[in-house]
Amino acid sequence: MSRLLRMDASGHTELAAWSAGDPASHERAASIFEEQLGGGYMGVAKLHDESFEQVKQLPVDVEYVLLRRPIVGG
Amino acid sequence: MAGALPELEAVAWRRRADERSLRLRERLSALFMALYVTPLLVVAVALILIEPLLAPVALVGLFLARVIPELFANRGAGVVRLSRRRDGQPERVAQGLLGDLLGHDARDLQRRTGLALERGRMGVWLIGDAGALLVRPGGRRVHAFCVRVADGDLPRSDRIAHLLLALRADEQGFATVANHAFTGAAWRMRRRIPCVRKPALDAAVGAARE
Repeated sequence: MSRLLRMDASGHTELAAWSAGDPASHERAASIFEEQLGGGYMGVAKLHDESFEQVKQLPVDVEYVLLRRPIVGG
Repeated sequence: MAGALPELEAVAWRRRADERSLRLRERLSALFMALYVTPLLVVAVALILIEPLLAPVALVGLFLARVIPELFANRGAGVVRLSRRRDGQPERVAQGLLGDLLGHDARDLQRRTGLALERGRMGVWLIGDAGALLVRPGGRRVHAFCVRVADGDLPRSDRIAHLLLALRADEQGFATVANHAFTGAAWRMRRRIPCVRKPALDAAVGAARE
């Protein structure tokens, strides 16, 4: 099961979960993901090889996707 | 470029940070430090040779020669200064997520020092909630970067996790978006950072020497 997590003021919030074998659950999660991107969040996916990748579309087969805010030079 | 940080669009005028640009900063920093300090040392010695009674004036020159590098290092150390944020339930939740992102040793170090250690291609990073230190391979030089997440309401560990994720996704992009604050000797930086942070810098220097 893959999870969509948003890092926010509460620590983090799980927004959706999906599995590669259930296209409907992925579609629902992708819709929430798009909505969050529209709100200024950015997606970072944890891949199965333990690496992280910036993503603009919700991948199907990943461990989880974290939604983060932009970073800026201080 | 695929996988590049989207934040790079906001600093499109900057050249992407790489090994060459880091080395250039190191050389320029050493050059400027020599330009600031050498005249003070020369004048101090000359004054004593010309007239020993001018020794107090020479001492002022020597004092400035010592203080100027420390002021630069202090500016760099400011990126990992201790914050006064209070920890509540959100911080405990965020700490759990950050712990999942870090390995066992890095998690323990982060909980003791507040800095997350991350090995990268450019060196060994120490990520705080409002900045990062990069210990270069060999462990002798440190770069300080001022960088933070653009959301003031996040718990401290989430702020670190944001920077860590951006670093993991695109290390060069991370170093480009961040504002470069200082580069200099690791021993000088160690003197200026808060005591609680020092074990993290020691661990990063050790890892950079491997």
